[in-house]
Amino acid sequence: MKSFIEYIVSIFKGVWTLLVGMKVTAKYFFTPWNNVTQQYPENRDTLVMFDRFRGEVIMPHTENNEHLCTGCGICELNCPNGSIEIISKSIITPEGKKKRIIDQHIYHLGMCTLCNLCVKACPTGAIVMGQKFEHAVWDRALLTKVLNQPGSKIAEGVKE
Amino acid sequence: MDIYNFTTLTHNIHTGLAQSFAPWLATTIEWVIVGVAYLLFVALFGLFLVYAERKVCAAFQQRLGPMRVGKWGLLQTIADFIKLLMKELIMPRKADWFLYNLAPFIVIIASFLAIAALPFAPGLQSMDFDIGVFYLTAVSSVGVIGILLAGWSSNNKYSLIGAMRSGAQILSYELSVSLSLLTMVVFAGTMQFSAIVEGQRDAWFIFSGHIPAIIAFVVFLIAGTAETNRGPFDLAEAESELVAGFHTEYSGIKFAMFFLAEYINLFIISAVAATVFLGGWMPLHFGNLESFNHVMDFIPPVIWFFGKVLFVIFVIMWFKWTFPRLRVDQILTLEWKYLLPINLVNILLMALVVLTKFHF
Repeated sequence: MKSFIEYIVSIFKGVWTLLVGMKVTAKYFFTPWNNVTQQYPENRDTLVMFDRFRGEVIMPHTENNEHLCTGCGICELNCPNGSIEIISKSIITPEGKKKRIIDQHIYHLGMCTLCNLCVKACPTGAIVMGQKFEHAVWDRALLTKVLNQPGSKIAEGVKE
Repeated sequence: MDIYNFTTLTHNIHTGLAQSFAPWLATTIEWVIVGVAYLLFVALFGLFLVYAERKVCAAFQQRLGPMRVGKWGLLQTIADFIKLLMKELIMPRKADWFLYNLAPFIVIIASFLAIAALPFAPGLQSMDFDIGVFYLTAVSSVGVIGILLAGWSSNNKYSLIGAMRSGAQILSYELSVSLSLLTMVVFAGTMQFSAIVEGQRDAWFIFSGHIPAIIAFVVFLIAGTAETNRGPFDLAEAESELVAGFHTEYSGIKFAMFFLAEYINLFIISAVAATVFLGGWMPLHFGNLESFNHVMDFIPPVIWFFGKVLFVIFVIMWFKWTFPRLRVDQILTLEWKYLLPINLVNILLMALVVLTKFHF
């Protein structure tokens, strides 16, 4: 008798769990405005990528054409596949001291796996991950980029 | 409503043909007309069902589905069909030539035989047998022979396993489908589809038969889903285990035939559910609401029929895209330990209801 009651209860429990599952999918079905599909080429004007999306490595510059890069080369050391090359140069500061600063921060996008290690390693937070992802070009050479803009200089007060 | 009755139309066509041609020629022309009509209907409705399946599946998974070919992807299935027609027909070298080529036809012929008995609207039914329910359950299970042949003759282990699973599954669930239909036959007192529909003029059987009819409806939906080899009972073609099951080795139009047959079977199961439980082409009538009944009569029976069919199809798709696939032992347990005893008790219950006239 006990097993018979368990049998009946198991039927109702089974039906109940099935109904719970159907309720979940019904909620998805009847709320089509929550769909996650992006109609990509049509919506590229309004497309907003999510915050943690990694499109490329960029170096943000202020409106005074200043960046935070000290040219220390830690990002170059941390890059697992050699996508970053740091070319530094020596200058004489107004106080008469010799100082090494960044000349060219060369970034090979074609080799980059967007692993984020360089961004994590950067002591001054000079490089970040950008949101742009449409990188197709006709010439492979165009994938090699110089991240620091021409004429830019390091911002005041960056601790070296 | 008489204007929606096709009986006079078909009768006029028949008498017109009989007057103009010799009797044998008139009969042949009628066969051809009916055959072409069914072929067209099946092809178009199959295309629509594939599109609907993809859209419904997408909506259940918070996607959009096909959107590129035509507005809202409406031409997607037509493009797919053209692609399938142009594909090369590949046959394994060690396959059984005759059975391999015969199998898709058996599957699709079984579906066509079954669809012929369905009443679409008053007078719009090609064969009105007095044992319609029996005929339909009989011919719809012929399809499993085609599936078994396809699996056997392909000379491929995946095909054979898929076909054997399908055989075990369909033979088991045939029992539940038949018994749940038998429950309703007990209630309706007839096996003729037109008479079953006519019997639901005042109230659909699912309302007038209340508890046993609802149980039979649920059992029929579950067993019918299994009969058509659809998810969650699609382990005959379980993609993750068996490549594609019994139609692994088929390509091009032969694959399209299996594909089409699956969707025709979906339509047949839904149409039988709509006819036997939800009143077929009969409009929604409530006992005493004269004006309401009159308004409902203005909607053509064809629309009622297809509305109900599409509703049942939607529910079956809802099953497919919600539940995970069952294992073989789970499928057989569900049938032999749950559905069959429930069905047997239910048919007794229905007999009691009919004997005590405890129905509406």
